[in-house]
Amino acid sequence: MITAHGIQSYAWLLVAIPAASALILLTLGRAADKWGHLLGALVPVGLFVYAVFLFFSVKGQSNRKVDLHMFSWIPVARFRVDAGLLLDPLALVFVLLITGVGSLIHIYAVGYMAHDPGRRRFFGYFNLFVAAMLLLVLADNYLAVYVGWEGVGLASYLLIGYYYTRPSAATAGNKAFFANRVGDVGLSIAIMLMFAYFGTTSFAGVFGHFGHGGNATTGVATAIALMLLLGACGKSGQFPLQTWLPDAMEGPTPVSALIHAATMVTAGVYLIARSAPVFDATSAARTVVTIVGAITLLYGCINGAGQDDLKRVLANSTVSQIGYMFLAVGLGPGVYAIGIVHLLGHGFFKAALFLSAGSVMHAMNDRIDMRRFGGLWRVMPITFFVFVCGYLAIIGFPFATGFWTKDKIIEAAFDKGGTSGYLLGIIALVGAGLTAFYMTRALVMTFLGKRRWEPDVHPHECGPVMWLPMAVLAVLSLVGGWLLIFGGGVQEWLTPSVGPSVEAGVHTVSKPVLTAITLVVVALGIAGAWVAFGTRTIPEEQPQNVTVVTRASRRNLYADAFNEAVLMRPGQWFSRALVFFDNRGVDGVVNGLSASFGGGSSRFRRLQSGFVRSYALSMLGGTVAVIAVLLAVRFQ
Amino acid sequence: MSPYYYLVLSAALFTIGAVGVLVRRNAIVVFMCVELMLNAVNLTLVTFSRINGSLDGQIMAFFVMTVAAAEVVVGLAIITSIFRTRRSASVDDANLLKY
Repeated sequence: MITAHGIQSYAWLLVAIPAASALILLTLGRAADKWGHLLGALVPVGLFVYAVFLFFSVKGQSNRKVDLHMFSWIPVARFRVDAGLLLDPLALVFVLLITGVGSLIHIYAVGYMAHDPGRRRFFGYFNLFVAAMLLLVLADNYLAVYVGWEGVGLASYLLIGYYYTRPSAATAGNKAFFANRVGDVGLSIAIMLMFAYFGTTSFAGVFGHFGHGGNATTGVATAIALMLLLGACGKSGQFPLQTWLPDAMEGPTPVSALIHAATMVTAGVYLIARSAPVFDATSAARTVVTIVGAITLLYGCINGAGQDDLKRVLANSTVSQIGYMFLAVGLGPGVYAIGIVHLLGHGFFKAALFLSAGSVMHAMNDRIDMRRFGGLWRVMPITFFVFVCGYLAIIGFPFATGFWTKDKIIEAAFDKGGTSGYLLGIIALVGAGLTAFYMTRALVMTFLGKRRWEPDVHPHECGPVMWLPMAVLAVLSLVGGWLLIFGGGVQEWLTPSVGPSVEAGVHTVSKPVLTAITLVVVALGIAGAWVAFGTRTIPEEQPQNVTVVTRASRRNLYADAFNEAVLMRPGQWFSRALVFFDNRGVDGVVNGLSASFGGGSSRFRRLQSGFVRSYALSMLGGTVAVIAVLLAVRFQ
Repeated sequence: MSPYYYLVLSAALFTIGAVGVLVRRNAIVVFMCVELMLNAVNLTLVTFSRINGSLDGQIMAFFVMTVAAAEVVVGLAIITSIFRTRRSASVDDANLLKY
């Protein structure tokens, strides 16, 4: 760990500039309407240029962990939290991803939101997100991570509910916020545990207690790791907190691309990879991470196959791809880097897919039902090309991004060895086949086949402000994966942060065989989807006599129904019971007490009759009684 | 003559006065009954003074008489003014000061 010098000392600007820009855009109001979007889009581009310089500055050093201490944030007796940034390889790849893909999506959004009266507000929120996300990945202690974590949650909530006049968007925003709240409780408990056991929340301080010479017990490690996992599940839309992510598609498409596909939802993977020393110390928690990943990747695939809403298909695909990343980081030392590599590749191709979906939406008057698309390739060739690039990347077509990144995860899962290795490997393999199935279905229903458009739409290709960023992402989808792993690539670069990338000496299934099997499974998925959707006419209305699986898939495998029945309804009953208890029980006691005093005193005051003679009688009676008592005492 | 007869007389007078206060409605009569009770007490004081051979009780009787004289002045004034406004000297009619 060395101290920042040169341009590295200005890394705090990465957080300060977008935050200042967000402040300007949100406080100036209508005065900034004319140029707000330009400022909003310029900020991430500028940050990206700076981040590239920063990257090469750190790359040129032998020690690639740079600490930038800013100020003492919370100095309270023994508890000290310093505000500092950690510029290490893991943080830098995220900074490059966030500012790079973020820049492209910001530029795209200038065109996408051109006709929206609230464009300035949108860019204000968007810059707020960039600031919070960069703080999240740059912070050098868990408390500052938590600040960024809540910041991105807030930006996500604001942007999901951007069209706040639509009840569905407002509800989706709330749903995302609630699910994230559950996860955030996990993260905050993890931080409290760290403070309770280690007295510090800084990365260096906490990690010093793990590994060689560490004094943390496995129990503490498991507790912290599981709580971190809960936080990660909430933010990344993983089982069992996954249901908010598909609903988050109510936000504008650039939001879905940047926040709910490329960056924010991958924060969970970042958190686990960042906490690698903690997870290394507990195999139990790592097993849970792999199980969560495996369940989620299948869940996302199955759900994605039944949706008719293009963005929901892609959202479920995100859920499933992040499941792959969780699976990778759960496999432990040596595999963390593969998870991060897939994360970066996913950032490219999922952004490309979302942006082309947004372009389609733009062309079809904001309609997103794939049953009313079809045959769009002829009128929107560029969008079609971008979508195909993303499609090839996600299904793992040879030499596209997914082929390099996702297949490595499948390989690593098999290499875990034993029954669990086979189980995880086969799940990952099935997931790859299903991914090919639902993506082919989406491609066919949207771009190929007959035109099933509604009569009032006149689709057209989008302008260059939109298709240029899409084209860049399309190229990255095709070649990005190769760039990422070229010559050891990112995996070697990440070594100082997450440990060296280790390949199993002996593969459970030899590499060429596994690649062949994977390609066959993917081909089967494509063929299945082609037979089901490419060769038949697609009905314009959702067919109702479908199999149990399709029905379940359309309803999110009943996850929403489950949450409603098991969590929401009992919660409502409980709160109703509390309201009843409050009205009848607590209020009853208070009101009863005051009523009895009031009633008693109003009866009691009747004694004040106003008749002098009765007063005199009571005085006489009192006097006689006193004398009687005195005499009784005197002569007893 | 035994001084104890005076005590008996005093008790009788006090009782008559007390009963009169309780049972009569006319304010003037009630007022006179109060005076009767005060004088019954005076008689007791003087009697005990005589029995004990000290002058304390007799001095106390003078004080009581002074108070009674003041009371008559105030009381009669009140009764007169009530009678003027309400055309009645009944204590039961003057019952406005109540709950």
